[in-house]
Amino acid sequence: MYRYDEFDDAFVRDRVAQFRDQVTRRLSGGLTEDEFKPLRLKNGVYLQLHAYMLRIAIPYGTLSARQMRQLARIAETYDRGYGHFTTRQNLQFNWPKLRDIPDILELLADVGMHCIQTSGNCIRNVTADHFAGVAADEIEDPRPVAELIRQWSSLHPEFDYLPRKFKIAVTGATHDRAAILAHDVGIAIVRNAAGEIGYRIIVGGGLGRTPMIGKVVREFLPKPELLAYLEAMMRVYNLEGRRDNKYKARVKILVHEIGIEEFRARVEAEYATIDGSATNADPAEAARIAAYFAPPAYETLPAESPAFAAAKAANPAFAAWVENNVFPHRQPGYAALTISLKAIGQPPGDASAAQMRAVADLAERYSFGEIRVTHHQNLVLPHVRQADLFALWQALGAADLAEANVGLITDIIACPGLDYCALATARSIPIAQALAKRFADPARQREIGPLEIKISGCINACGHHHVGHIGILGLEKRGAESYQITLGGDATENAALGEIIGPGIAAEAVPDAIERLVETYLALREKDEPFIAAIRRLGLAPFKAAFSGEVRHAAA
Amino acid sequence: MPLLDRDGFKPDSFTRVPEAGETGETAILVPFAPDAPPAPPAGNRALGIEIANTVRIDALRPHLDRFALIAIGFPAFSDGRGFSLAKQLRNAGFRGTLRAVGPLIADQFAYALACGFDEVELPEALATRQPAEIWLAAARAIRATYQRSHQAGGVSILDRRRAARAAAAEPGAAP
Repeated sequence: MYRYDEFDDAFVRDRVAQFRDQVTRRLSGGLTEDEFKPLRLKNGVYLQLHAYMLRIAIPYGTLSARQMRQLARIAETYDRGYGHFTTRQNLQFNWPKLRDIPDILELLADVGMHCIQTSGNCIRNVTADHFAGVAADEIEDPRPVAELIRQWSSLHPEFDYLPRKFKIAVTGATHDRAAILAHDVGIAIVRNAAGEIGYRIIVGGGLGRTPMIGKVVREFLPKPELLAYLEAMMRVYNLEGRRDNKYKARVKILVHEIGIEEFRARVEAEYATIDGSATNADPAEAARIAAYFAPPAYETLPAESPAFAAAKAANPAFAAWVENNVFPHRQPGYAALTISLKAIGQPPGDASAAQMRAVADLAERYSFGEIRVTHHQNLVLPHVRQADLFALWQALGAADLAEANVGLITDIIACPGLDYCALATARSIPIAQALAKRFADPARQREIGPLEIKISGCINACGHHHVGHIGILGLEKRGAESYQITLGGDATENAALGEIIGPGIAAEAVPDAIERLVETYLALREKDEPFIAAIRRLGLAPFKAAFSGEVRHAAA
Repeated sequence: MPLLDRDGFKPDSFTRVPEAGETGETAILVPFAPDAPPAPPAGNRALGIEIANTVRIDALRPHLDRFALIAIGFPAFSDGRGFSLAKQLRNAGFRGTLRAVGPLIADQFAYALACGFDEVELPEALATRQPAEIWLAAARAIRATYQRSHQAGGVSILDRRRAARAAAAEPGAAP
C-alpha cells in the first residue's frame, strides 16, 4: 500500500491548516457563503438536509487497518457511531459539526488520509478495480497509476474550477470492475501488438440525468505520457465545456455535442503544444510509487487447501458464503474475500465503529493489514489464506458481517436518498431495506443467482441505477414519491444503460413489481443463464408485460 | 480597481483607453477583438490588451510579441477558464505580464500565480473584504505542490523527490 512520504504529509497538513483558516474567515465574514461553498465542497463538506456531511477520500478504495481504526474513532468521537461507504469507494459521515471538521481532518492526516476533492467542480477521488493485485486477468496493477493521478490532480491550479465535477476510474484487468465506461475519463491498462503496456483512454461516459457510455479517445497511450495527455484533455474541457447550464456541463455533453472525432482532434492539437517533461512523472517517480504496491510476502501454499475443502464439505452455510463472497486469488492457496455491508434490513454500505474495528483486526490478522472498499459499497480483505477462511467466517459472524449475499439480489446499491440528501427527490434506503426483506431467504437468493439492483433517490444517479440489471429511480410526482424501473443496465465492459419498462410506481408497490420481474426471469431462463443474459436474449417484452400486469393489479 | 501582485497592492501603470490610436498615456490597456487586433500604438508606448476568457489562443498567437500585458477577464471566481488560457499563453511563449481581472478570491491566488499570472485586479469591495495580508498568506498556504508552478519560488514535490533521489545516488553521499 502507498505510504505518505514527508512531502505528502506536509501537503495534507497544509491543506488542513488552509481549511481551518477558511472556516475562520467564513465565520468572521472575510468569505461570503457563496465564496465559502466551493471551498468547503472541495474539502468534502456538504450541507445536507439535517446536518453537515463529510466525505472522506479512500483513494482507489484501498485502506489500511490503521486507517480503518481511525475512521472508527472519528465515527465515535464526532459522529453517531457509524459511517457510510459510498459508490465511489469513499466514506461519509452524516452528522459532524462544522466546528469539529478541522480536528477531524487533523486525525485523518495522522493516518495519511484527507477529504481533498471529494466534492466540487474538480477532479474527484480516483477509483479503481477493488480486486487490483488479486485478479488473475490483470495486465498490471491499476493502483500505482491511480496514486499518480491522485497526486497530480490534488489542488491542481488549473483544474480546480472546472465546468463541473470530473471522475476518473482505472482498471488493469480485462473484466472491468471499475465501470470505466461510465466515468468522465476511464483508463484501461492494455498491452499493444508489440507487447508494450500502455493505456486506452475513454472519455465522456457518465450517469446522472443524461447517461452516456464513454468513447475511446486514444486507443494506446504510452505509459510515460499519461499526465501530459490528461492535462491536454482537461484543458480542452476546462476551456470548452459548457458553463451556461450545470446540467449540460459534464464532459460527456461536450463530447456528445462536438463528436468524439472533433474532441480527439482538439485534445491532440493541445497535446502537441505541451512540453511533456514539465508535467509527466519521470520513470523513477513512477517506480517509486509502484514499489509500494508490490505483492505482500505470500506463503508458498498448495493451490487448494485441504482444511478449507473439509470445512466447506462439513458446513453448508460456510460453503454457501464462500460461493458468494470469495473471489479467486492469483496466488495459489489464497483468496480475496468480500465482506457484505448489506445485512438484511440495514442501510446498504453502513458500518458501525465496532464493525470497522472488527474488520481492521481481521485484516491485520488474516490479510496483511489491507482492506478494500468496493463501489458496490462492500469491503474486501484482499489476501486471505484459504485455510483461514473458516475462522474468518466465524469471526465475521460475531460482528454481524457474514451475510452471504455478494452479487445476489439483496446486495443492493443505494444512495443516501431523502433520508439524508438535500438533492434527493425520494427515499432510497427504505426501498433497499424492503427489497432485502422480501428476498431475504438465502436459498431463494442463490436460486435467482447474480442480479444487481441499484437505487437512486434522484436523477443525479449516485446509486448508478442506469447500470443496474434492475435500476430503480425515485422521483417526486405531484407531491408523492414515484419509482421508475429500468431493466438491462450493465456497468462492466459490456456496459449498457437500462431501459424504462413502464410508468412510475409507489414505494409500497416496488417489492411486488420486482418480484414479478424476477419470477418472469425464473420462468423463462435457460439452464444456468444469469438474469442479465436472459434479458439480453429475451428482450424487454416479457418483462414489460409482467410489469404492466403488476401495475394494473396494484391500481385495481 | 485595486491591483495586487505577490508583494501586495500596487499602483496600476496601465490606463484603459478605448483604442490604441489615442495619445498621451505611456502604457495603455485596450479591448481586444479577434477579428480586429489593435494597431501598434504610436511611439514606444507599452500596449496591453484586455480579453474575455472565451478568446481562443489561436487568435492571439500571431500577435503575442506586440503585447506588454494581457488582462484576462474572470466573470466569476467559479469560472476557471482564465487559468487554462493563462497556461496556454505561457506555453505559447508569452513573456509579458499576465493579469487576472475580476472577483477572484484570495484562496485562488496561488493557482493564478501557478498558471502564469503575475497580478490580479479586483473589484473594490472584494479588496476591502480580503485585504493584502490575506492574499499574501493564501499564496503561501500550500508550501509545495504536485504540479510545477510558474510562481517564483514555487516548489514542486516531483522536483524535490528527484533531487532527493539524485543526492542519494551521488557517490559518497551521506546515508
